[in-house]
Amino acid sequence: MHCIQHNPSTTSLSSSASSIHGQNKFSDIRTQSISVRGRDGGRSMIKCIATSSSEKTAYKTQVSRNENLAKLQAGYLFPEIARRRAAHLLKYPDAHVISLGIGDTTEPIPQVITTAMAERSRALSTVKGYSGYGAEQGEKPLRAAIASNFYADVGIEEDDIFVSDGAKSDISRLQVLFGSKVTMAVQDPSYPAYVDSSVIMGQTGQFQKDVEKYGKIEYMRCNPENGFFPDLSKVFRTDIIFFCSPNNPTGSAASREQLIKLVQFAKDNGSIIVYDSAYAMYVSENKPRSIFEIPGAKEVAIEVSSFSKYAGFTGVRLGWTVIPKELLYSDGFPVAKDFNRIVCTAFNGASNIAQAGGLACLSPEGIKAMQDVVGFYKENTQIIMDTFNSLGFKVYGGTNAPYVWVHFPGQSSWDVFNEILEKTHVVTTPGSGFGPGGEGFIRVSAFGNRNNVLEACSRFKQLYK
Amino acid sequence: MYKISTGSSIMHCPVLLESRSRLKAQMETSVVAAAPDYFTRTRVSRNVNMEKLQNNYLFPEISSRELEHMKKYPHAKLISLGIGDTTEPLPEIVALSMANYARCLSTPEGYKGYGLEQGNKELRKAIAETLYKDLQIKDTEVFISDGSQSEISRLQLLLGSKVTIAVQDPSFPAYIDSGVIMGQTGEFDHASGRYQKIEYMKCGPENNFFPDLHETSRTDIIFFCSPNNPTGQAASREQLEQLVEFAQENGSIIVYDSAYAAFVSDESPRSIYEIPGARKVAIEVSSFSKIAGFTGVRLGWTVVPDELLYSDGFPVLHDFNRIICTCFNGASNVAQAGGLACLSPEGLTAVYSAVDHYKENARILVDSFTSLGLRVYGGVNAPYVWVHFPGSKSWDVFSEILEKTHVTTVPGSGFGPGGEEFIRVTAFGRRDNILEASRRMKSLLS
Repeated sequence: MHCIQHNPSTTSLSSSASSIHGQNKFSDIRTQSISVRGRDGGRSMIKCIATSSSEKTAYKTQVSRNENLAKLQAGYLFPEIARRRAAHLLKYPDAHVISLGIGDTTEPIPQVITTAMAERSRALSTVKGYSGYGAEQGEKPLRAAIASNFYADVGIEEDDIFVSDGAKSDISRLQVLFGSKVTMAVQDPSYPAYVDSSVIMGQTGQFQKDVEKYGKIEYMRCNPENGFFPDLSKVFRTDIIFFCSPNNPTGSAASREQLIKLVQFAKDNGSIIVYDSAYAMYVSENKPRSIFEIPGAKEVAIEVSSFSKYAGFTGVRLGWTVIPKELLYSDGFPVAKDFNRIVCTAFNGASNIAQAGGLACLSPEGIKAMQDVVGFYKENTQIIMDTFNSLGFKVYGGTNAPYVWVHFPGQSSWDVFNEILEKTHVVTTPGSGFGPGGEGFIRVSAFGNRNNVLEACSRFKQLYK
Repeated sequence: MYKISTGSSIMHCPVLLESRSRLKAQMETSVVAAAPDYFTRTRVSRNVNMEKLQNNYLFPEISSRELEHMKKYPHAKLISLGIGDTTEPLPEIVALSMANYARCLSTPEGYKGYGLEQGNKELRKAIAETLYKDLQIKDTEVFISDGSQSEISRLQLLLGSKVTIAVQDPSFPAYIDSGVIMGQTGEFDHASGRYQKIEYMKCGPENNFFPDLHETSRTDIIFFCSPNNPTGQAASREQLEQLVEFAQENGSIIVYDSAYAAFVSDESPRSIYEIPGARKVAIEVSSFSKIAGFTGVRLGWTVVPDELLYSDGFPVLHDFNRIICTCFNGASNVAQAGGLACLSPEGLTAVYSAVDHYKENARILVDSFTSLGLRVYGGVNAPYVWVHFPGSKSWDVFSEILEKTHVTTVPGSGFGPGGEEFIRVTAFGRRDNILEASRRMKSLLS
């Protein structure tokens, strides 16, 4: 019950009631009048009004909010893009909105892969084919296939491979593994999950609005001036270095020489590189596809990867993490042993059906099929690059990745994003969503059906001609 | 010194990662400095919380004991009543729906990319309407997971390192272990078998497996599992009312694990939200694993009510949503299709018949142990039978049973010091194995 003192000198009861109760009509509210002696001895009439259960009388637990969550500035980037897209659709219900924002695959999964998943599903309804809990590290044949197909000549073995439900989950599991006391470096711009998971784990300080950076994170600027590879001579030592190549969002792929420098830097500093190779199959040029192609990397690097962008598994959920046996903490304890403990405690394995799909992906027919899918998206990328090039923009990425990084010098990337969305109904991603180093850039993803990509490009040409 | 490994395996698929021979040649000719030994270690300190963990996680430990045993007795027929792994095949309707969904992913119309991190809307609705009928749970309060074990850790990530936790003793090890990993606990104390800073709420025959809340100190979070793993006990309505009241008085949050709700046979509540006021104090975590045999398929859900607020009034649901969007990317869409099929009328009939099968197994096991004069608990509202061997060390009993009958169980102390003297026997198994295991136990223990 909420009591309001009825006093002629104050505002009338009904208006104060409605301001307190918002939507509730005064007539709906139960009231009781009682007489109360005030401090001066006089009597006042108190009207007691039953309130809704929200607002002032809302029960709160006594559990403090995790202050790390409070540090986060906004929602995760991609749901924000989705919200803007949805709002735009409400505004223009008849518009043909084309999404080149969130890097969501669009091409159907090749049949050889879905047939394997369908067969595994059916087998689960038979006595012979039923399986319950799988090994938390993943099914042996899949781990072996990943090792032999991606890491044959670099000495990574089956038991160095941990199968996941995708890179995003494993990035957070790695953060849980490392704990709150490690320091970390990221490229700037970078895929937001590295920074956000670091904030959540308590590795960072507060967000500093003036520089748009979280305290305690080392941001390694990657821009056209430095060929999208950080100047390591200016980078402070951190325990962990997140490095994504081919890069999301810039599309840049590091050269062998650059990665040799990175590995040396990590060695000199005793750091661990978390190398995100989710786009390795998009490499066209003579660039490394795995950090383990670099000698010495096994003592300094973890590699995270995913079937999402190769097999269209964005919804099916399957990836893997490589932790070499040679990777040791400062006390000599193998990192893989602790990661194994995390995987056994904080996870229970990727879906067995998804794993059956993964195994089919790595059959000869499956690999050919994945390469066709990758090839298709690479053609999309070429179309987008050609379009922006023809309009006179400085265009980066695209050659070794399904992302095109377009420069809009001197402009706010959210403003450009909004203008493109408003005027062409095409969703992109503003570069500043990936860090302050992304300001002035727009990321255009090349995932889309061909007609949509062509249509989007013709709209860009209209807008910027 | 480190050497470059030149793998000897032949590239099966020369085109996949291109020019393997080029790569090999490069590696052989590049100049690599030999590094002194001390460079082999990084300078990254091991996470002290990982160091606090005492052993392997319980169930992989049981697995490795099984493997050792099988090596020792290669001809013995090992029966696993240890890890609670489901054995009955999926209902056809469920398997077929997943198979069809998978096939559709090969078509333009049926292809789906990223799903909502919170889960497929239809599935969320089906859970709210079918499993929380009359309990006013909204679909927006239901989050689809890849199973409770993942979700418990995501909840710990949400809650952070500064919260204090209470667990039942004994309890499912993931609550404690995830708490240790998140830094919520102190060191392990060998004398008591407990981690410092955790409030252990003893549950034993002496208190009907419900903690004496008068003896329980306030903690921020209370993990409570009912029907219980490992004791098999289901809390009564009155007991849960006490628990909710205790949480309200203390401003605590209950994390209620209802993974075994489908096994309830009597009037015991199946959801914490059957208790008035629970919406303001409780999160509920559940799973398709033991209902539908989805232990390998991986699907579960978590309910976070709108009314659940932190001390500053901030809704827990908002932060949980942020965790889901940042640390997760949704459960497998194929698994979610299977979940939806489970909740159809035909699906429910089929899954409950598998549940009945396991309940019958439990009854057989309860009878067997009881006939041997042993004190037996659980097995009525849960697929676990909790057998008392007074005065014993549970790992010794476990080893003896394994050695002499080739049956795996789980030693109670693996679930906390309150489990000492007890053995957990799961009722998941093929009927013939359950009967055979019962026979072997009878000959050993009579």
